[in-house]
Amino acid sequence: MSNATSNIDNSHDRTDIESTEIVAHVVNLKKSFGDIQVLKGISLTLHKGENLAILGRSGSGKSVTIKCMVGLMSADEGEIEVLGYNIRSLSSEKLNELRQQVGFSFQSSALYDSMTVQENLEFPLKRNLKLFDKKKLNYLVKTALQDVGLDGAATKKPAELSGGMKKRIGIARTLILKPKIMLYDEPTAGLDPITSAEINELILNVRKKYNTSSIIITHDISCARQTADKVIALIDGHSKVEATFDELKITKDPELAPFFKY
Amino acid sequence: MKLKEFLLKCENIYRFIQNIFRQALSPPFEWREILKQCYAVGNRSFFLVSFTAFLAGVVFTRQSRPSLSSFGAESWLPSLVSQAVIRSLGPLITGLICAGKLGSNIGAELASMKVTEQIDAMEVSGTRPFSYLVVSRVVATTLMMPILVVFADIVALLGSYLTVHSINNTGFELYFNDVSANITYLDIFSSIIKATFFGFAVGLISCYVGYNSQDGTTGVGKAANTAVVISMSFIFIIDLLSLQFTNLFR
Repeated sequence: MSNATSNIDNSHDRTDIESTEIVAHVVNLKKSFGDIQVLKGISLTLHKGENLAILGRSGSGKSVTIKCMVGLMSADEGEIEVLGYNIRSLSSEKLNELRQQVGFSFQSSALYDSMTVQENLEFPLKRNLKLFDKKKLNYLVKTALQDVGLDGAATKKPAELSGGMKKRIGIARTLILKPKIMLYDEPTAGLDPITSAEINELILNVRKKYNTSSIIITHDISCARQTADKVIALIDGHSKVEATFDELKITKDPELAPFFKY
Repeated sequence: MKLKEFLLKCENIYRFIQNIFRQALSPPFEWREILKQCYAVGNRSFFLVSFTAFLAGVVFTRQSRPSLSSFGAESWLPSLVSQAVIRSLGPLITGLICAGKLGSNIGAELASMKVTEQIDAMEVSGTRPFSYLVVSRVVATTLMMPILVVFADIVALLGSYLTVHSINNTGFELYFNDVSANITYLDIFSSIIKATFFGFAVGLISCYVGYNSQDGTTGVGKAANTAVVISMSFIFIIDLLSLQFTNLFR
């Protein structure tokens, strides 16, 4: 992966959260669907406590990248290491072990629509931690809901929630297992600017409270600006550049500049 | 290319079945979910199976009676009806009803979960969705189908008895003495085994098409439809095979 292009002013601070500990590392990731090669060599490094935004146009393979990182899709080539686990050679038991430490917030929120919000949040606790004590479950669910600002929504069904609320509940469901890494797939897609700003704020609060490192997949410039310490741009299946938002903003690179034009 | 696709699909189905057995037979077991699904399967099909079995008993009796009367063999009616119901009619009706009702339900439910990334969400949180969603449903349909078949047999015979009673004023004891005298353990046993295979086929096919659904929302309808059509076809195939097999012991 190339570093910031020559057009970028490198004098800006990269991030105020500097850590040398690498929690996720992807090298030369390639993935094809039939004859179409979507990822042609993505590389990225996520440090502990860092928020990394992956910016790119629709269909550029942003979501595919993070799905490969949790084994939801298998990569054709390349190395993926998350929390010390080499994803491509993991047994299903080890993969499950890793997945419990990685939270994944889906673009569609992916709430279980046959369950209430309370049951949605209890589900991973019951299944993974074999926690059935009603008092403990209630406490953990209440705390997670408070953390996303929706403590009155426990009895509601997903169909009764707005888009923004669904996103928050989706995030709460992943937070309940206290993940070390959060992967956000288009967290602000389809939301109004005010709700988007609230979600961005939530992403920052999650990092502060849960001490997570995050990858934020987005094509929303304001989301990347508000949440990311570092931004990677995906252009034509390659990770084109890695820099801070302020560095990218002033780029004159013809492939990157249009992102910041609108 | 088509042959390659077909062979790949066969491999997928083989792995799917292998996974079902592996996860059904190794801990942690999904007792809660299996019980929940058993209740759902029984509850969903109970009324329809009862209603259809009752009508089948009535119709079969009314249709058979004139033919037997013309030979002066009306007294054979309980024997004929009981053998037809227990050997074939009961399992077949229950199997077809369940293929329609459960097949579409399971196929559409899993397909819509797939489309809305709910299965991915379970997968990614390490909650073993295959065991939770597929194994529990396949076990539930396999366990519940024989129970529904026994129930359907009883209701169909009751329908038949009420019909005979309304025409000849035949007594309950006399009718069911005739029925039990002509039913062998092999009839009952083969019917239950057949029903178990019906249940497994309906569960397996519906879960497979739902769990592997593609093409977004169109895929949901397609999965429901495919689940019903293939399940029904397999019910007839299993029925035929079990008949051939049971005849070896007669």
